This record gives sequence, C-alpha cells and structure tokens, in this order.
Amino acid sequence: MSIDVRNLNYVYGEGTSFESRALNGISFTIPDGQFLGIIGHTGSGKSTLIQHLNGLIKASSGDILYNGQSIYAEGYSMKTLRQQVGLVFQYPEHQLFEETVLKDVCFGPKNQGLTPEECQERAREALALTGVSEDIFDSSPFELSGGQKRRVAIAGVIATRPKVLILDEPTAGLDPRGRDDILRQIRKLHEDTGMAVVLVSHSMEDVAEYVERIIVLSDGELKYDGSPREVFRHYKELEKLGLGAPQVTYVAKELYERGLPIDPDMTTIEEATEEIYRALTEKKTEE
Amino acid sequence: MSMIRAEKMTYKYKIHDDEGHVIGAKTAVDDVDLDIAEGDFIAILGHNGSGKSTLAKHMNAMLTPTEGSVWVRGMDTKDMSKLWDIRQTAGMVFQNPDNQIIGTVVEEDVGFGPENIGIPTDQIWRRVNESLEAVGMTKYRHASPNKLSGGQKQRVAIAGVVAMRPRCIVLDEPTAMLDPVGRREVVETAKKLNRDEKITVILITHYMEEVVSADKVFVMDKGRIVMKGTPREIFSQVDELLGYRLDVPQVTKLAYELRKKGVDVPAGILTREEFVEAICRLM
Repeated sequence: MSIDVRNLNYVYGEGTSFESRALNGISFTIPDGQFLGIIGHTGSGKSTLIQHLNGLIKASSGDILYNGQSIYAEGYSMKTLRQQVGLVFQYPEHQLFEETVLKDVCFGPKNQGLTPEECQERAREALALTGVSEDIFDSSPFELSGGQKRRVAIAGVIATRPKVLILDEPTAGLDPRGRDDILRQIRKLHEDTGMAVVLVSHSMEDVAEYVERIIVLSDGELKYDGSPREVFRHYKELEKLGLGAPQVTYVAKELYERGLPIDPDMTTIEEATEEIYRALTEKKTEE
Repeated sequence: MSMIRAEKMTYKYKIHDDEGHVIGAKTAVDDVDLDIAEGDFIAILGHNGSGKSTLAKHMNAMLTPTEGSVWVRGMDTKDMSKLWDIRQTAGMVFQNPDNQIIGTVVEEDVGFGPENIGIPTDQIWRRVNESLEAVGMTKYRHASPNKLSGGQKQRVAIAGVVAMRPRCIVLDEPTAMLDPVGRREVVETAKKLNRDEKITVILITHYMEEVVSADKVFVMDKGRIVMKGTPREIFSQVDELLGYRLDVPQVTKLAYELRKKGVDVPAGILTREEFVEAICRLM
C-alpha cells in the first residue's frame, strides 16, 4: 500500500464570489505501514486533505495515486478505495445508531456483503483491537461513557479492515486518561496489524509521543514534513502558524541555551528525563 | 458576597427504558458544598462523566438540584422568579463555537443577547464595542464568523456573553476543539476578563496547562469534589491525579520523573520558567 499525493489543489465555490483555495499544491507520499501525524491551525485544510485521501472530495486539480493507480482514472472503483482507506471523522460517536455495540460495529462489514458470521467475527476482532470489553457488546452504545463510545465508533471503521486508517482528532473532548488509552490502542493496532495510520491532531504533545513523521499544513499549504524532532525544531515558525511545540521541547532548548549539555531537539518526557538526568550526573562527577 | 454557593447540592436523574419505565437512577452530582467568592478564577478538572458539566449547569440555573440548594449571588436557583436575573448574572460558554454563533456578522452576533432583553439601541452598540474590545476582536467586528479561526470564534462567543454584563462566566471545555494558539487566546481572554473586569471565571477543562494560574482548582470524581487547592497544591499530587484519570502539565511530569530518579527538584513545578530555574540551580 502507498498513497501518493501529487500537486493537489482544491478550491471551494470555484467561479462564485465565495471562491476560496483550501489546498494549494500539496505533494507527499504515505508509504506502507507509516504512522503519520498531520497538524495545522483550525481551518488550515487538514480535514479537507484527508477527505481527498479516500475520495470523498475530488481535487480541483492534481492527482492521488493509490498503489500507483490514479483514483481519478476512469472506471476506478471508489468503493474499493474506501474499503482500503478507512476514515474516522471528528466526534465519530455521533454516528453510532444501532441497538447494541456489536450490531453497530457489524454495520460496515455487513455493507461489504459479508455473511452474518463473518461480520460478527470482524466486529469482535475490531472491538478487541480498540480495547472494548466483551461485557458491553450487548449494551446500547448510547449508555456508554464518552471514551467507550469513541472506541466503539473507531472499531466500526476498523471492522472493514482498511489498509490505511485515518483519524480526525480522535481524542478531542476526552479526559487525559481517555486520550492516552485511545492513542495507545491505536499505536498497538498499528504495531500488531502493520496498518498505516494518519492522525490529525491539535495536541503537539500527542503527535510528538506517537507518530513517526509529521506534516504541517497552514492556509492550505504544506509547510513542514519530517520527524517530530525535525519539525519541532521550527517551533518559532510553528507558533506563527497557530501551533507550537511540546512543553518539553521548549524546556530542552532553554536548558541547552543556559549551558546544560543536552540534546536541544527532544520532544518527549521520556527522552527529556533521561537526557537531563544524564547531563546533571555527568556534571556532578566532573566536579 | 459569595458568587456561587452550594449546600448539599445533589443532582439525580432517572433512566428510562424504551417504554418510558424507570429502570434506574444515577447521581451526577453528589452532596457538594462549595463557596466561590466574587472575583475568583476557579478551574474544575475531572474525567469524562465525573459530573463537571452537570455541576456547571447548576451555576446559571440550567439545572436545579434535586436535593440541597444553590445560590447565585444570593439568589436561590429554585426561585423561578429570579431565573432571568440569575442567567444574566452567570453566563455560559460551551465547547463548540459553531453551535453558539447565530449572527452572520460578528458585531450582530455579539449584540444578539442585549437586543433580546430590550436594551436600547445606542446602549447595545456601546456594549458590543466594549465586549469586542474586552476579547480583543474589535478588528473583526464586520467579519463573517465563518471566516474566523476556532479561537477567534470562541472569543466572539465569549463577547456575546460579556455583552450581557454578567458577574460570572462559566466556560465548559471552551478549548477542546481549538489549536494551540486558539487555546491560548481563549484562556488569556478569560484571565483578562477576570483581572480587568473583575468577572468571576469558572473554567472547566481537560488541558492541565490551562489551570496553572487559577486561584483554586477543584477536582471532581463520581459527582463529588475530591480535591481542592491552589494549582501548586493540586499538581504536587501526581499519583492521585493519575488515579482520577487526569494528568499534570508536561513540566510538572518531567520534574516528577526526575525526582523519582533522585534529582533534587521541588514538587509541584507548574511552568517552564520554574522548571528551567530549578534545573539551573543544580548545574
């Protein structure tokens, strides 16, 4: 699997007085099995971009290749594409509708034409992967807590066994523990199944902790593309784009400038604990 | 005078099945006593389902307690004749800015509230001007709200509340949908209203860094207030907070991890500056 985005442009209301350019010359490639983060200010084009990736929005110009084939080619099956590229919208729990958790998660596979037994199997597997415990399978999804509902909704997409899972702010509105639980579950899913994951997020701390690579969008343009360390090195520019860096990165830079011999590009608490501890102990032994 | 006072505030609701039979009851707020002084900046933390929002809705009589009492500036929220006075005293701002904006132009949206309570036109304009100034959105007064960023929209929503001249504003997760700069804008706006206009602010949030400058922090769990104190007192208790499904700001966590390894940094560090100074003293 790979998704190749080539010089993508999208204009809303083309030819009207409301015309506005939402995406401007975006190019990047998502290789098989990557855990990619997309960050950008509100209105930067993140949601518009990911809706292109499974063909919900058609680009004004430019191309998207899925496994080397243009999804805009004549006769290309959008249905197949959407089965391969699963999209979890913001607040996906608003889309829950069935009587029971299990039935709700079965809805996707059922629409793929699988037998009831296969649907059940897929649904159980997906619910296990998102960490939903079996004793609530027969509960109404509406009786669950916010975090549980969200997981059931994500399971609904995973049950269709996509090759790429795209999540638009999957932790918005959740408490800290709920955020960690969902993101750890997604990381585990990524590691266990090798599924590529695209995570859209407003939390710099979360992308620093979980993703391999970050893409930064601003006003519909791709501004940075690199590892969390590389991207957060531009923290000053990121602030101008409505973003920033994890608190840890700021601390690392300030301590480095004050003369502590540490890596100034750190992005996670784990790294920072080790680095600062090491630097302080080394300093002591020198003295 | 107390801004908000509650005695044995309890809120229970019944759960019905499809046929309307009662099949259970739930206690969302459980025997809470609280006293919020005028001019305070209070932050409320708690996991999803801990009762924070239910508690907040009691602060302007959107809900009234099933047991016990709540007074808003001395007015009993159960007294129906005081309902409008209570709602003008305490305004609310919610999570999603798009659900709170109804005007097609920023200044019209801000004027909607005062217009509805029959304020004369020239005074409406004065209130609109002052409110936009207070949230730093004067520049966008003629803009269409849908052209604004999330943080800007949320500040317009706050201006709409400020235009009602409340003595207290309750913000229920106002930053949950915003980017980092938008979050900062909204929190700074709340602080400014508290500082300059002496408006009592009650901020509910899941972002720990947003509460470090509050006067007091309440932590809720299972409908009760289980921790109460200054941000430093609260964030010194990392394990307890994690137990309540919460967290601490990244620098507090970092200091905590270093302490566990024997590094002599004080507990309850709240800001980047404090952390950097503490480490520099050890260098």
